[in-house]
Amino acid sequence: MAGEIEVLKAGPLTTVQDLGRPGYADLGIGESGAADRRSFTLANRLVGNAEGAAALECTLGGLAVRFTRHTTVALTGAPAPARLDGRPVGLNAPVQVAAGQVLRLGLPAVGLRTYLAVRGGVAVPPVAGSRSCDLLSGIGPAVLRDGDRLPVGDETVGLPVVDVAPVPPLPAGEMVLRVVLGPRHDWFTPAAVATLLGEPYEVTSESNRIGARLHGPPLDRAREGELPSEGMVTGALQVPPSGQPVLFLADHPVTGGYPVIGVVVSADIPLAAQARPGQRLRFQVAR
Amino acid sequence: MAGERDEAPVKPRVLPCGDAAVLVELDSLEEVVGLAAALADPLPPGVTELVPAARTILVRYDPARTDRDAVARAVRERPPRPPGERAGEVVEIPVVYDGPDLDEVAALAGLSPEEVVALHTSGEYVVAFCGFAPGFGYLTGLDPRLHVPRRSTPRTRVPAGAVGLAGEFTGVYPRESPGGWQLIGRTERRLFDLAWDPPALLRPGTRVRFVREGA
Repeated sequence: MAGEIEVLKAGPLTTVQDLGRPGYADLGIGESGAADRRSFTLANRLVGNAEGAAALECTLGGLAVRFTRHTTVALTGAPAPARLDGRPVGLNAPVQVAAGQVLRLGLPAVGLRTYLAVRGGVAVPPVAGSRSCDLLSGIGPAVLRDGDRLPVGDETVGLPVVDVAPVPPLPAGEMVLRVVLGPRHDWFTPAAVATLLGEPYEVTSESNRIGARLHGPPLDRAREGELPSEGMVTGALQVPPSGQPVLFLADHPVTGGYPVIGVVVSADIPLAAQARPGQRLRFQVAR
Repeated sequence: MAGERDEAPVKPRVLPCGDAAVLVELDSLEEVVGLAAALADPLPPGVTELVPAARTILVRYDPARTDRDAVARAVRERPPRPPGERAGEVVEIPVVYDGPDLDEVAALAGLSPEEVVALHTSGEYVVAFCGFAPGFGYLTGLDPRLHVPRRSTPRTRVPAGAVGLAGEFTGVYPRESPGGWQLIGRTERRLFDLAWDPPALLRPGTRVRFVREGA
């Protein structure tokens, strides 16, 4: 073990995540894993880890951690202001940390989820092949609490090679997400499909890793009736009877019984995972 | 397009589900089970996961290795596996038939409790799909005489190992949870353990028999 991470303050929601546990959906276990995988894998690369090494996913900042040994860390994703023993440190860059130093994250001005990778990876015991905390099924390590101590592993694949990675800034205003219509857009009126593609939808505060609840003009059904439960994917825009869509994220249910009007394309999921409550989303058909 | 003629709908329907999955829609649970078995062995190139459900199979694929059209073709070209041809061992689940709803199931079916047990232990079942809770398998093959409705009021607490019936399905609760199925018995057999790989005893396609135990 290469030291520990002592959690002084866990913040509103901080979890251990890796690339999840794919391949168990047919047993009723979702994939889970980092919500914004682009930022997550970048954080690992910056510290010389394999892309799938476990790291911390911190929602809306608030995290304070102390490292028991000298190590290298990196922050990516939502640009939470970060201080190491009071000295500001930048995002998207490897940061050298001395034994005993404390890293504190403030509230990001844009985005939602900040990733903290530590060289060697967070070495909590894997469950069903993954160290991801799945909020829906309760499988995996628990949500972090003040006072937790997390072991740091020693599996690395190389040395940090860049000083800073160029990353486009997250949008502060409206976000545009590309969708593929279906599988059940024919359960909705043509006007509802036009509304989805024409009007903005606001992310509500009732949003989490399972999904972002959206608020906007209701999407009316063209047909009544029940849909037998069917498999769900990350990015699905599922529409319950209220007509207000839910955008499924990493911990979404494996199956669901409400029709899906469209699915956000894989390349835009990392962006969707950074949409914060109050932010507006616009959907356009993927070309 | 020249010549306007109605084309017969291509079966099964393959619906887009983002850029990394399709949803295959079938007419019956039997078709789902048969096609899922055919697609699983072996998975078509680039396909990463199948999620069978009541009338659909979600087929997830790696868009770097294949595309929607190729997956749709593979789905339509695979002949469904007939029910008699399922491979693999039969999982035997020992059951003590003393469930709190056994008498009610018997009354609903117009049978004696003894006949309910005889019918339940005479069938061979296949896990059509899993859901509701990790490791909960929906078992098909239930004798139509035992197709009974769910309880009008679900229980807030069903113990792990409870064996139940609802509609065309039978199944075993892998862990304590709420539940609305009619409970006819219980088993000591463990169904789910995160230390196992895979963590569930029952997965889609698994064949199951219930064997009566004492009491």
